[in-house]
Amino acid sequence: MTAQVQARWTAVCRYDDLIPERGVAALVDGAAVAVFRTHDGQLYALSNLDPFSSASVLSRGIVGDRGGRPTVASPIYKQVFDLTTGICLDDPTVSVPTYPVRLVDGAVEVCSP
Amino acid sequence: MRTVVVVGHGMVGHRLVEALIGRDVRHEWRIVVLAEESRPAYDRVALSSYVDSWDADALALPAVADDRVELRLGDPCAAIDRRRRRVRTASGQRVSYDALVLATGSAPFVPPVPGHDLAGCYVYRTPEDLDAIRAAAKRAMHSTAAGRRSGVVVGGGLLGLEAAYALRQLGLSPHVVELASWLMPMQVDEGGGALLRRFIEGLGVRVYCGNATKAIEEDRGRLLVRLSDGTELDTDVVVFSTGVRPRDQLAREAKLPLGERGGVLVDDGCRTADEHIWAIGECAAVGGRCYGLVAPGYAMAEVVADRLLGGTATFPGADTSTKLKLLGVDVASFGDAHAKVEGALEVIHNDPVAGRYAKLVVSDDARTLLGGVLVGDAELYGTLRALVGAELPADPGALISPSGSELDAGALPAGAQVCSCHGVTVETITSAVHQQGCTTVPALKACTKAGTGCGSCVPMLKKLLAAQGVEQSKALCEHFAHSRAELFQIVAVTRARTFSELVTKHGTGRGCDICKPAVASILASLSGVLNPGSHILDGEQAALQDTNDHFLANLQRNGTYSVVPRVPGGEITPEKLIVLGEVARDFGLYTKITGGQRIDLFGARVEQLPAIWRRLVDAGFESGHAYGKALRTVKSCVGTDWCRYGVQDSVGLAIALELRYRGLRAPHKVKAAVSGCARECAEARSKDFGVIATEKGWNLYVCGNGGFRPRHADLLVSDVDTETLVRTIDRFLMFYVRTADRLQRTAPWLDEMEGGLDHLRDVIVHDSLGICAELDAAIEAHVAGYSDEWRAVLDDPVKLARFTSFVNAPGVPDPTIEFVQERGQPTPAHRRPGQPVVIAGPKLAAVR
Repeated sequence: MTAQVQARWTAVCRYDDLIPERGVAALVDGAAVAVFRTHDGQLYALSNLDPFSSASVLSRGIVGDRGGRPTVASPIYKQVFDLTTGICLDDPTVSVPTYPVRLVDGAVEVCSP
Repeated sequence: MRTVVVVGHGMVGHRLVEALIGRDVRHEWRIVVLAEESRPAYDRVALSSYVDSWDADALALPAVADDRVELRLGDPCAAIDRRRRRVRTASGQRVSYDALVLATGSAPFVPPVPGHDLAGCYVYRTPEDLDAIRAAAKRAMHSTAAGRRSGVVVGGGLLGLEAAYALRQLGLSPHVVELASWLMPMQVDEGGGALLRRFIEGLGVRVYCGNATKAIEEDRGRLLVRLSDGTELDTDVVVFSTGVRPRDQLAREAKLPLGERGGVLVDDGCRTADEHIWAIGECAAVGGRCYGLVAPGYAMAEVVADRLLGGTATFPGADTSTKLKLLGVDVASFGDAHAKVEGALEVIHNDPVAGRYAKLVVSDDARTLLGGVLVGDAELYGTLRALVGAELPADPGALISPSGSELDAGALPAGAQVCSCHGVTVETITSAVHQQGCTTVPALKACTKAGTGCGSCVPMLKKLLAAQGVEQSKALCEHFAHSRAELFQIVAVTRARTFSELVTKHGTGRGCDICKPAVASILASLSGVLNPGSHILDGEQAALQDTNDHFLANLQRNGTYSVVPRVPGGEITPEKLIVLGEVARDFGLYTKITGGQRIDLFGARVEQLPAIWRRLVDAGFESGHAYGKALRTVKSCVGTDWCRYGVQDSVGLAIALELRYRGLRAPHKVKAAVSGCARECAEARSKDFGVIATEKGWNLYVCGNGGFRPRHADLLVSDVDTETLVRTIDRFLMFYVRTADRLQRTAPWLDEMEGGLDHLRDVIVHDSLGICAELDAAIEAHVAGYSDEWRAVLDDPVKLARFTSFVNAPGVPDPTIEFVQERGQPTPAHRRPGQPVVIAGPKLAAVR
């Protein structure tokens, strides 16, 4: 078999540990990742680093929606980020990295970049 | 880049810097400001408020943070070399200029009466003047000379009356001597002046009108002031407030033409006879006339900023209308207040019993409004000023009679000026509404600048929006079409327990960082009634909370939290103080005393919070709710227990009030204080509610504010007993919790309340709405249902488990959090990216 770059998935917590519409922070290969479970049960993962304050806090923001898109608001200066794309809806020139996230046997897994 | 040198860093010079930096998008100019005073520009108009705080920084104007600005403090311009186009400063430095703007302001005029230069004689212009007056007042208080300690103000104009107020605050009996036959002769007429005098004398100020000051003499360690009618006044301090003279010395020495009565002569573009030199503010004589007000100075600054960038702006002439509250008395004057126009008629309504004087000056056919004077009640000022020069919508007598219907904003002519600070007319407002889609006051402010100056026209802007058929949206956000007050009622009536229930039935979507904390706050405020024993982190409520409430601590900019245990009334035992010190030391926390008489411990990581609170709760501390929109502190002075002057037990009351209202969630934070006597050491009048002890009981003041827009609290009830006091505060707080907008402090809440303080008093003292029983019950339920939020978290493993930095590595601290040592304590290691480096800020002490 030829060598192949494998996507590396890190299990971060149980799905049931996540409070709907609230995030948690997890360490994935040394990077802080914010993982969210929305009201409809979907999972999202973004970098935890708030680009406006450089503080590692996005997981502690309020989850909601804007124009139907799921969002999180930075708890520091309140800019709102689209959970699906990581783009800041208050300043579209700014975005945060997003990570693939999946549910395997009740465990939430985040893909390393 | 060209260089503009601005001589003088007063309010007008500062405005020029702001305007030029804001407009100079191509970076054509660098600005060198030569300031005489050792502090950057401050709000001289608010100088008298310095007496309340003795904090000169509170007067500071917002610094212009831009590296094009170089501010040289304490090094005034000494000479202008027009030929070489450069100036020399007092320290001998030379600065070349492409443009020079003189903004040297004016100097107090002191009449040459004998003895005017004796020790104990002062002017009223700078914080240093006030410091000197304060020191003199203190010396007088400690002297052994006979007689009552007093101060004489020479000059009964606006500033003179403010000086009298300051003297009174310093404990001196104030006397005011005015040459004219009535007070404030520049602004009001004889009838208005008479009523004003009644008000002022009612405040304990002795007034001597129609009197010149003949001489000031030393007399047995004090001063003796002789008046022209033979009166002799024993006094400790004399303050001259007899007008100002433009500071035009630099221009005079540089051979620039001056106005006939002084001032640097400039054209309507504010340019002097030298094309490179301009003058603005009180030192400038535009077409020969000087203006001693800040609004015309601002207009001149804007003109010069425009001209420096190639524009052709001209000074529009000044509206010298004024509206002010002087020692609690409304005084307003606008247009041709003294009926100088030929044939002008005066229509007067004078009611000395009700304390109301109004005069309209109209054209000889009684159809056009020319000006007017209002004393005691200046509510009509906004509308009437806007009508100056326009045809009157009604009979002038009817307009000012107390039974007269309120003027309809829709009746204003298109050309009527709404905002005199920025010269905005009704027409501009209506076109902003219809052409540019402005539907809110903030939008009108951004679009037209109306309301961004003194702000007195904001109520008029609201009326104009309504007159244009624009309904003010009260929608909280895209998820709720309701205001916070409406949502509160919905929750109270439907007894909705969760956000999901509320947003499904009454809103759309899944909420946001605006409506979720607002609903969380409403649920918490009502929990005593609807859901006793519940916790703000129970179930779905946990997801609604801002991070501060979610972790029961205050998020700081590096992602750490600060911890503030409750210290009721600011009273703390040595044992508890030691515990706070030990906790701070053991967890490596930065420690600072707060303004609310407690101790803030900074730099805690999320996972440290439970361990910190375990120690604090074990030592008898509980949550201080510093993280919540809730009651914060009830500050106190030591009162009768210790103080020689205290007349009531202020500490005991403060502790009782703080324990009564602790944990009460509100639309915004609530701060309070109790002072044990009229000296007001607890600063109660800057609080949402403040209590001041009297010989007979307590005075309750409400809706004060420090912060961004300071406001002194208003007296709601006086000389009440403790039970009445507490019941009134109960109702005040619950009425606020019910009806205020999201993040609206009590001060703007009252300002926007229809009927204002009288209405508030009717509702909570006279029960005009019949809701007091409900308000009382709600507070009782809150008091009965209180429990410590932190103790509850420590007792609940599910809630405790959320306090981790990383869900998959519970013991690992956040590696982005780093500290450096500063002054022996840890502080965050990183500067926030993109944060401007303040150049012209208040911290800069000297030449860059």
